[in-house]
Amino acid sequence: MTTHSAKNLRSPLSEARGLGSSKYGTEHWWHQRLTAIALVPLTIWFVIAVISHLGADHAQFTAWLKGSPLSAILLILTAGVTFHHAQGGMQVVIEDYVHVEWQKLAGIIAVKFLCYALAAACIFAVLKISFGA
Amino acid sequence: MVEFNLPANSKVGVGKTINAANGAKRVKTFKIYRWNPDDGQNPRVDTYVVDLDKFGPMILDAIIYIKNTLDSTLTFRRSCREGICGSCAMNVDGMNTLACLKAIDEVKGDVKIYPLPHMPVVKDLVPDLKHIYAQLASVKPWLQTQSPAPSRERLQSPEDRAKLDGLYECILCFCCSTSCPSYWWNGDRYLGPSILLQAYRWIADSRDEMTGERLDALEDPFRLYRCHTIMNCTKACPKGLNPAKAIAEIKKLMVVRR
Repeated sequence: MTTHSAKNLRSPLSEARGLGSSKYGTEHWWHQRLTAIALVPLTIWFVIAVISHLGADHAQFTAWLKGSPLSAILLILTAGVTFHHAQGGMQVVIEDYVHVEWQKLAGIIAVKFLCYALAAACIFAVLKISFGA
Repeated sequence: MVEFNLPANSKVGVGKTINAANGAKRVKTFKIYRWNPDDGQNPRVDTYVVDLDKFGPMILDAIIYIKNTLDSTLTFRRSCREGICGSCAMNVDGMNTLACLKAIDEVKGDVKIYPLPHMPVVKDLVPDLKHIYAQLASVKPWLQTQSPAPSRERLQSPEDRAKLDGLYECILCFCCSTSCPSYWWNGDRYLGPSILLQAYRWIADSRDEMTGERLDALEDPFRLYRCHTIMNCTKACPKGLNPAKAIAEIKKLMVVRR
């Protein structure tokens, strides 16, 4: 936070103008909206797909994935878009609440690495089943 | 991290009680935040029990009465007492509002009065507005043009003028910005609803020729995009304006010009 102490001799306008505008943020905001819109049908499809497999065993489930390229594609999209949306959202949460610069940076790096690693793992799993290992 | 506890020297204690009811028919209790920078004490909440028949119907009438007759040390800003100067913005009964526009009988039970939240306090109910005024200046809230000054007024169609309705009425009381959690946590860089509404007031003005530069100056993850449409601003505005909508319009223009 800004220090409003008497020792701070910078003018209030200098504080307010700070480092200037980063001319960035619209892409991030737009991608969050875009992925949110995409996740509405994807999540509904995903929930229905999971419910329709209630009671199914592993063999039935893998057969469903192998037999339907559409299911595999939608599953890959669901995983990819979910984790992309999650890392963007978590970045904003961290920026909101973490005010120590190195902790903020470390948090954002950790979240982004984790999300993309999980996305890659999900996509790899779907492909592996789909192409029948 | 966000601080969920007040620092030790900000813990609010119980102050004095002045009972001036004297067998009055209509009695009301006011609990008012007090802090004096000069006495080295923690903030406290003083209690004033007053006769409602001694003064007018608004919160501001009550605190002026308390200052005039019970406790001259009570410090607050006020000027126009009719909702146009924005001086008496404070937190009454848990909501930021103008003391002059808030009727006492709207408050059930004791009336709790605090300064605008999350601003440095100068004294009692007077917040330090240095930073937010500087933020206002930073968005250049005046007409900026490139073409040479005309020899007469700059014309504006009634339709274009109508686009400023709901924007020009802002009196800069900062009830909205100080109700916004995003402004609480990141007010050093986030401009907050009041300043963004002011910025949009000039972006929306058909006579202004610096729209692109204005948008450039706002396009920033902190200056603009800390707004998470929490909507406290719109709920708090004592003038019934909608800063959240103004911010949404700025975000829309950012996407349109991509």
